[in-house]
Amino acid sequence: MSEPSKTLRKVIPIVASSESGVAGDGDAVMVSLYEAQKKIYPRSVSGLFSRWRWILVALTQLVFYGVPWLEWGHRQAVLFDLEARRFYIFNLVLYPQDFIYLTGILVISALSLFLFTAVAGRLWCGYACPQTVYTEIFLWIEKAFEGDRSARMRRDAQPWNADKFLRKGGKQLVWVALALWTGFTFVGYFTPIKSLGMQVLQLDLGPWEWFWVLFYGLATYGNAGFLREQVCLHMCPYARFQSAMFDHDTLVVTYDEARGEPRGARSRKADPASLNLGACVDCTLCVQVCPTGIDIRKGLQYECIGCGACADVCDTVMDKMGYAQGLIKYSTQNAMAQGWGKSAIVRRILRPRVLIYTAILATVVVAMMVSLSLRKPFKVDVVRDRGAQARVVAGGRIENVYRLQIMNATEAQQRYRISAGGLPGLGLSSDNDILVDSTQSRWVAVRVQLPADAAAPGSHPIHFEIDSLDQAAKVSEKSVFLVPR
Amino acid sequence: MSDFTSNFWSIYVSVITLVSILACLLLLWFSGKAKAMTASDNTTGHVWDGDLREMNNPLPRWWAWLFVITIVFAFAYLALYPGLGTYQGKLGWTSLGQHQTEMDKGNQEVAPLYAKFVNMKPEDVAKDAQAMAIGERLFMNNCSQCHGSDARGNKGFPNLTDADWLYGGTPEIIKETLTKGRTGVMPPMAAAVGSADDVKNVAQYVLSLSGSPHDSVKAALGKPKFAACAACHGADGKGTQAMGAPNLTDDIWLHGYGEAAILAMVNGGKTNQMPAQADKLTEAQIHVLASYVWGLSNKGGAVATK
Repeated sequence: MSEPSKTLRKVIPIVASSESGVAGDGDAVMVSLYEAQKKIYPRSVSGLFSRWRWILVALTQLVFYGVPWLEWGHRQAVLFDLEARRFYIFNLVLYPQDFIYLTGILVISALSLFLFTAVAGRLWCGYACPQTVYTEIFLWIEKAFEGDRSARMRRDAQPWNADKFLRKGGKQLVWVALALWTGFTFVGYFTPIKSLGMQVLQLDLGPWEWFWVLFYGLATYGNAGFLREQVCLHMCPYARFQSAMFDHDTLVVTYDEARGEPRGARSRKADPASLNLGACVDCTLCVQVCPTGIDIRKGLQYECIGCGACADVCDTVMDKMGYAQGLIKYSTQNAMAQGWGKSAIVRRILRPRVLIYTAILATVVVAMMVSLSLRKPFKVDVVRDRGAQARVVAGGRIENVYRLQIMNATEAQQRYRISAGGLPGLGLSSDNDILVDSTQSRWVAVRVQLPADAAAPGSHPIHFEIDSLDQAAKVSEKSVFLVPR
Repeated sequence: MSDFTSNFWSIYVSVITLVSILACLLLLWFSGKAKAMTASDNTTGHVWDGDLREMNNPLPRWWAWLFVITIVFAFAYLALYPGLGTYQGKLGWTSLGQHQTEMDKGNQEVAPLYAKFVNMKPEDVAKDAQAMAIGERLFMNNCSQCHGSDARGNKGFPNLTDADWLYGGTPEIIKETLTKGRTGVMPPMAAAVGSADDVKNVAQYVLSLSGSPHDSVKAALGKPKFAACAACHGADGKGTQAMGAPNLTDDIWLHGYGEAAILAMVNGGKTNQMPAQADKLTEAQIHVLASYVWGLSNKGGAVATK
């Protein structure tokens, strides 16, 4: 690697390594790959990024807890009815055959993740990931009952007494309630939430509903109450591969080492220059607020979820000290190395990687929108009878039998007219007007006849046209017609 | 159960399985520690791309216990379920038994539904929309493979929507056909009929019975020879339902139309079979299915089917 990486090493070094010598074998020791978990007590923090995090907590949870209660006509607006295999999303009625749209949503999500990550690092992790959001909410509850970091640490070290029991008990009670509500809400996406609510009140849930409510409740409780940063550090695959989207122009939480070092405590009135000290007062608040318990001053680490808590708290310290803010801030590696200002960072957003991600994302989004808007309000599958291939009926006419599955993706009964074409004289000899109930699919046996000698023996491609009589929509499906020898 | 003649392979597989599981435990134990230069800076000493260092970030210890739990689970599973060679497991579980349990449970669940129809006359069942929806599904799953999705049959497989019945079309007889199956035998009759010309004349006579185009001279010559056929098909050719001998006067040709098809039948005979459904379907299902099939040719009875 060339110039930038060398200068970078000055910016984000792992200090001690250069002193000890990387290749030295002398200090190699056996270390365990497992260790007793050290509990992290994140200190609460307020500031610009913290505000943004709470705004996103509010937004995401408003959507998650709120959406199942929305009504659309006479049904739940968003309902994934697994048993009937119909997926209702506002005015859309999706069939399992529409799973391509789920793929589309997943592709869009992945590409958005790539794009945001390339521009501004792990925004998803720090602000919108359910793991972060629920941990944030659970920490807030914990703080309400047990106080902030130092109070919690002190209480955990104390022997049990009534106060400790009440505070911890209260916290657990609220945690469990919130976790159960989350599980309930989740199940409410798959079974109508209002009747589910009635069932819960009467303790009359089915075994699977019990299981999933409790399972998601337990998952929420365990992940947000106990596992917390362990999920990000040891379980989450995104945490690991997001660094592949980073480059030297990606915004990351950065400690300005040139400005901060050498770190050290000092009086507010003292002049750091005369003490030969940098701006870092070594208060360790940045470590105390970190939800994953890392020291950002050691440089960018994969544990960093990019939440900006350290930047927030450091700014308050800098204010108190009367120093300029931004000792820890969102910046890029290039900007740190070359002393760029904000405008230069913003200019570098328009780089090939970002433009390509944007272009692909836009293409997929547009393709999905177009596909959804052109989606037919019904689908048809044609299945030829396999056992009975072709029969000769009165007048030597040749008859083939097909089964058509007509899937009505609207919420009204529909009439469809079936016609067959592709061979001279080909026509239906069974009912050609079919009624299909709202959101139902129906199999109908269809007989197609061909006049004698209208086609040579063998297999001939034909097609079915299915017209919706109440809507301007038509579906054409291919099949074959067999003429016996 | 074993497909092998000796139990060598059973033991061989069991030993490999158990050793592999124990080896996993050993692997966990021996790979739990690593040599690393962590003394000074808590990194492992590995550096990539010039500036990318690996810090020493041990997994929480309780995660290792999860791995141990999976091993305990593996042994418990192997003790309870068939997994070690031919060992059957303490619970005596079999996939066959599981299938049977689920089938029984399914049948038990639909039993109340069928109970309603079993006590109804087939003619009334054919008027019940729900019963006919069930009947249609039963037909699609069990009958349509031969008789066609529209029940109009195929060469060799009777059309069930016309009023022509080989054995009779009352619900009771349809039920009997479904339950026990039918084997229709047309013996080779050429010798009994006479010479090759006699057979051709009989074929023309048979064509004449249904008013099909025929050679009236040959048909007249064939008429006396038809006596050999009358034993089953009746003197008038209208068939005998008691023995499944088809009506030859109705212009319905199960095994093909024309002189060639009739000649092949008289000369070669035919054995045709409707398989018994008693083992596949319950009595109640056969009741509903028979009503459905009856309804196909008695549309007055079944209104709500299509």
